[in-house]
Amino acid sequence: MIDTASVADAGRPALGWRTLSRSMRGGLKGGEYTWAVAFVVPYIAVFLAFVAYPVVYGLWMGSDAGLYRELFADPIYKSSVVNTVLYLALGVNVKMFLALLLSGFFMRPGRWTKVLLLIFVMPWAVPQISTFISIHWMLNGEWGFLNNVIYRFAHVEGPSWLNDRWMALGSVIVSHIWKWTPFWTLILLAGRMAIPLEIRDTARVDGATGLRGFVHITVPLLANLYLICTLLSTIFLLGDFNAVTFVSGGGPANQTHVLATLGIRDAFEIAHPRLGVAAVMSALPLVIPLVIVLMRKLRTAEVQL
Amino acid sequence: MTRPRPAGGKRWLRRLFLESASAALALALLVWSLTPVYNMLLIALDRDEGDIEFAGILWPPEPSLHSFHAVVTQSYWLVEDFWHQLGNSFFIALMTMGLTVSIGSLAAFAIGRMRFGRGWLLVNAPLLTYAVPASFLVIPFTRLMASYGLSNSLWAIVAANVTFATPYAILILRQYARLIPLELDEAARVDGASPVRVYRLIYLPLMAPALAAVGTFALLLAWNEYLYQYVLLSSTRNMTVAVAIAQFFNSDEAPWNYMMATALLYSLPPIAIFYALRRYMAAGLTRGALKS
Repeated sequence: MIDTASVADAGRPALGWRTLSRSMRGGLKGGEYTWAVAFVVPYIAVFLAFVAYPVVYGLWMGSDAGLYRELFADPIYKSSVVNTVLYLALGVNVKMFLALLLSGFFMRPGRWTKVLLLIFVMPWAVPQISTFISIHWMLNGEWGFLNNVIYRFAHVEGPSWLNDRWMALGSVIVSHIWKWTPFWTLILLAGRMAIPLEIRDTARVDGATGLRGFVHITVPLLANLYLICTLLSTIFLLGDFNAVTFVSGGGPANQTHVLATLGIRDAFEIAHPRLGVAAVMSALPLVIPLVIVLMRKLRTAEVQL
Repeated sequence: MTRPRPAGGKRWLRRLFLESASAALALALLVWSLTPVYNMLLIALDRDEGDIEFAGILWPPEPSLHSFHAVVTQSYWLVEDFWHQLGNSFFIALMTMGLTVSIGSLAAFAIGRMRFGRGWLLVNAPLLTYAVPASFLVIPFTRLMASYGLSNSLWAIVAANVTFATPYAILILRQYARLIPLELDEAARVDGASPVRVYRLIYLPLMAPALAAVGTFALLLAWNEYLYQYVLLSSTRNMTVAVAIAQFFNSDEAPWNYMMATALLYSLPPIAIFYALRRYMAAGLTRGALKS
């Protein structure tokens, strides 16, 4: 991601404007410097107009302490916090662990493994809205596909999955795992393939196969990548809106909202944008440390693999 | 060999066990991956309009393409703008792709190849964007779009998508560019080529696979995006298929078979692109994605 030279540069504090401008110029002269500036201007413009400005604007919108009193008094907010924590804890970890195991499975040689991998990544290729709507109808208590299967094979009536808070939340989490496990499996598969063949061969000769190979070779070598994936996935999941909206709709009785959907609901359905901003901003104490650890990790990632 | 090999018969048994276990796992993965997609097809192939006639059914008794026909010919009020909305979705996706690839490659070229801006901001701005969840930004973003005069405009969606796709593009492109020796650029510059010529004649052609990967990612991101479209696009003319499907979903009388048919048709372009370009996607994943 970032090569070691730039890490060294970034790690050194810029002393004053002259140092800063020299490090910006990076030894470029006259005309070339102008071109380089022209090349990054579009990106800088996008960043300032659509990231920096909205972030500052959002911080300003959510800066009133009264909003947070209003927020903490809301019982829906309290259950949303619990849901968010559960969603993060289960969604991220179960998914990443499955992805780790499955990436090992897909290392198996053979054409069938490749064909299976192509089908396995299908959930990732299908648009979120289509799949989550489909899952919503699958879970319908009266005539959903899942209960039809249960009735056909077990001859019992299945539960109405989305009418109970915990089952609805569980359904959202499983849907998330369904949708995103393929993506992370591919990333970890790429990571496994990057382990030099010599290391694996040597390990095999030394008797590190199966579980022992996994514990002593794969886990240490993939640990850093796995950690980065987990952090990134946590941030992505924190901002996830579609799975909750379409699988459970925040229901029953607003009991399965997470912070992201609650923020959108407050801002656009109740038309109280500042409260919505406050709802998502209350996740900042979690986001900021995550981002700091993630940025550190991303810088050292290259050293690891 | 430090460990004694198991005896012949045991090895054979162990192999058989492993093979059947992985076959079972493969079957489970197949069912797991395909069930929701199959469910879409099951409902879309049903003939009846909105009747709850699915009790105990695992396969439609009279499969029919009636609902696909209704969507394609726009013969129901909720799908009466289907083609126009699909056009909007394509507009957003293609614009997102084009802008992400051009803005991202220019910035990556300047940062990585011209060794410009090794300062803190340029290196970390993409990472910072990566770390801000899109749904957390949507509320102030909507306010700002109103002040930029872009509410209810497809360009607002393109702007949001480009914002979130470009950081990823820059990271992948910078990573991939390390495979191309810098001496090539230097030789060209000694011969008097301007940075624009180096970018056009050396960087772009050699980076083609990575550009394809980045473009595909941007396209899929745009196709998957729903929240910004839902919040920003209000008129029927400017709606996209994703918003139309959500409208179906929220309407009480909507026939589900039409909704599922729309959802399936909407899923076809990304699936086609995904499988057609999967080689490049793999290049993007292995070269850049997260590890690197």
